[in-house]
Amino acid sequence: MSGNSGDQVAREEARLAAALRSREPPPPCPATGPKIAVENFSASFDGAAVLRGITLEVCPRERLAIIGPASSGKTTFLRSLNRLNDLSPAFSMSGRILIDGQDIYDPGVDVAALRRRVGMVYAVPVPLPWTVYENLAYGPRLAGVRDRARLDALVESSLRSAFLWDEVKDRLREPATNLSGGQQQRLCLARVLALEPEVLLLDEPCSGLDPISTAKIEDALADLRSRYAIVLVTNNTKQAARASERTAFFLMGELIEVGPTVQVFTNPAHRRTSDYITGHFG
Amino acid sequence: MRKEKVIAGVLAALALTAISALAVIASFIFKEGLPIIAKVGLAEFIFSGNWHPLDGEFGILPMIVGSLAVTAGAMVIGVVFGLGCAVLLTQFCPPRIVSVIKPSIELLAGIPSVVYGFMGVAILVPLIREHLGGPGLSVLASSVVLGVMVLPTVTSISVDALQAVPRAYFEGSVALGATVWQTTHMVTLRAARSGIVAAVILGMGRAVGETMAVIMVAGNTLDLPHSILDPVRTLTSNIALEMGYAAGDHRKALFATAVVLLAIIMVLNSIALAVSRRLPAGRQAGRAAKAAAR
Amino acid sequence: MRASPRLTQAASLGLMWGLAAATIGVLAFIIIYILAHGLPHVTWGFLTESPRSMGREGGVLPMIVGTAWVAGLAVVIAAPVGVATAIYLTEYTREGRLTAVIRFGADCLAGIPSIIFGLFGFVFFVITLGMGLSIVSGALTLAVMVLPTIIRTSEEAIRAVPQAYRDVSFGLGSTRWQMVTQVVLRSALPGIGTGIVLSIGRSISETAAVMLTAGSALGLPRTAFDSSRTLALHFYTLSREGISMPNAYATASVLILAILAVNLSAYWLMRRLAAGGR
Repeated sequence: MSGNSGDQVAREEARLAAALRSREPPPPCPATGPKIAVENFSASFDGAAVLRGITLEVCPRERLAIIGPASSGKTTFLRSLNRLNDLSPAFSMSGRILIDGQDIYDPGVDVAALRRRVGMVYAVPVPLPWTVYENLAYGPRLAGVRDRARLDALVESSLRSAFLWDEVKDRLREPATNLSGGQQQRLCLARVLALEPEVLLLDEPCSGLDPISTAKIEDALADLRSRYAIVLVTNNTKQAARASERTAFFLMGELIEVGPTVQVFTNPAHRRTSDYITGHFG
Repeated sequence: MRKEKVIAGVLAALALTAISALAVIASFIFKEGLPIIAKVGLAEFIFSGNWHPLDGEFGILPMIVGSLAVTAGAMVIGVVFGLGCAVLLTQFCPPRIVSVIKPSIELLAGIPSVVYGFMGVAILVPLIREHLGGPGLSVLASSVVLGVMVLPTVTSISVDALQAVPRAYFEGSVALGATVWQTTHMVTLRAARSGIVAAVILGMGRAVGETMAVIMVAGNTLDLPHSILDPVRTLTSNIALEMGYAAGDHRKALFATAVVLLAIIMVLNSIALAVSRRLPAGRQAGRAAKAAAR
Repeated sequence: MRASPRLTQAASLGLMWGLAAATIGVLAFIIIYILAHGLPHVTWGFLTESPRSMGREGGVLPMIVGTAWVAGLAVVIAAPVGVATAIYLTEYTREGRLTAVIRFGADCLAGIPSIIFGLFGFVFFVITLGMGLSIVSGALTLAVMVLPTIIRTSEEAIRAVPQAYRDVSFGLGSTRWQMVTQVVLRSALPGIGTGIVLSIGRSISETAAVMLTAGSALGLPRTAFDSSRTLALHFYTLSREGISMPNAYATASVLILAILAVNLSAYWLMRRLAAGGR
């Protein structure tokens, strides 16, 4: 709300409240079971606990927002879901994370294949220093796709899903670094979509973006919800309210509460949740 | 997964090449050189001035003195010019001029040592002979030639050290009313001290080890020098000059000369390493902190 | 009584500009002097003929071929090992005792004088392994000599690749090796190339080590196991033994031009690195 007049703030709040009221509570996970089941998961770096006993489920077609103040373990949790934390030798964990009922920390799991199923968009858009097309084709090529027509199709469909196609369809051979910040972040989203993943992880994807770019990403997510399980870590509680079916609140490495977004925002079970949402700390 | 393990193993094996090569080099040089030192006696070998290999007399004192004298002279020139260039490049120079001076100094490092030696013989030696006396082929000529040759080493490592000094030191000092020059010699140079010392010592290593240029301008006599206008022979030239025809104990004595040379280099490198540890400590800490923050 | 700070600054600045100007002056003088004396003698025949009567007449074709062989082979051997070492140090291991040992080895190698490499190459490759005075012996010796340079420049170039690229690549499902070959090496290529090009330059200009390992045969080498005199050694011999000054200058000119070409390409690569690093 930097620099906005009080009038605008009030209007914004009213719109948010209306959005929350009109939102239907999410359906329970279908009988096929949750897409992701986290069971008593703890993580630490060099012995310092970062996550403690997290138990949480994500349904196949929903957007789960994770909110909480800085260093509450949100990013570590997200990076645990596709085993990116493994890259740090200091990382150790306990508990289980199941995707489609299979433990992803099982020794027999092909980590590269897991990461293709569970795509990740980072806080800062990092286009690789190549052309737009090469950026998008990189993931499929890693997975062994060589056919030119198939690559072209994947590039186009992922760009369309990220609402970026119209802006870059004539610039596919340009360096991706020439795109604007907002376009770069949608490129990073598209790059993950080109993997045809099952789960989308987004780590504060809009933290550096202007409101218009943020809106485009949120629109894309609303669209993608019909196809993916989406976990969205965000610092922006309003974004969580706008762009999720359920919300989880993390504090100091613990899950304080999780529930339908409407409920977490209008009638939270815990005092600390409401304090955070109303801006008393964090 | 399996393939990754194989790749990691192959890379690790290749990464051990450098240290293995070092071990093989050291073992061969020592294996060939140490027996003759044992036979002659270390004290005799190092402190005797008689080098008559065909009569079985192996004393390399003149070569040790020659190497040290030539190196000391080279450092005077290399340090004055090298440090001057480094300070100029990092503190005072507009970027456009840096982009001329820096590649030039790198090019200076690329010129073959035989060309330096040749220029010494063609230009410097006659100058010395005519204006200062003596044969011209001398400690002085070698020092000047070597000084120019080590200048790039001193400059580039000093530039790194000076650039590692936090900009805030400079700004803090200038904000207190110091001129840029006062800041440079009272703050920046002092902060970069250990890096500069390392630069000087690595330059010394270069100078002690240089061979072809010195052969061409040093004169290569076997006498102890008494002035900087006297000719000398260095440890390196002793090896290069006689290796072509040496056999038996004579050849072994040349390897023993290499052992002494290696010992000198090792001492210099250890000092440089110990001194420069203090400088990259800050950088390493920074890197560790960065890694921990991930 | 102290001089005013401004005056001291002006004086020391003047001195430093003088030192830098003298340094550049020496460089310019060497290049111009050699080229002025040598270029007139660098004819087509000089570049394409073999030397006659010990180099008093004729050209330097065998030396050009020999130099290219020795320097090229040295780098072909050293580059894969050096780059692999750098990859191992940066991507495949955590800092610890092993990396300390590897770095120590490279640092020590970098400090060893070339004449000692020559001695080593002579007893090891020439005699012990029975390769004789040959292009292979010379190239292997030079490969060990330039290895530390390639390791260091490659490591620096690889470290300069943003960590985020690695995260992105892993996130998109690459194995470590795919990440290294397709993302890291691709970004670090100009830096690695600079190190390799500078190593070629160093191999071309080296004299002491090749004198003892590649020998000084004057003929055109037929195979890599033939002895061959390099340009630098030929120049040394011609000038030192006073065989032919015009041919010495001409040989030096060819040598200097080769070094200039090498340094210019290294410089060009570095500018690409600076431009592409965004």
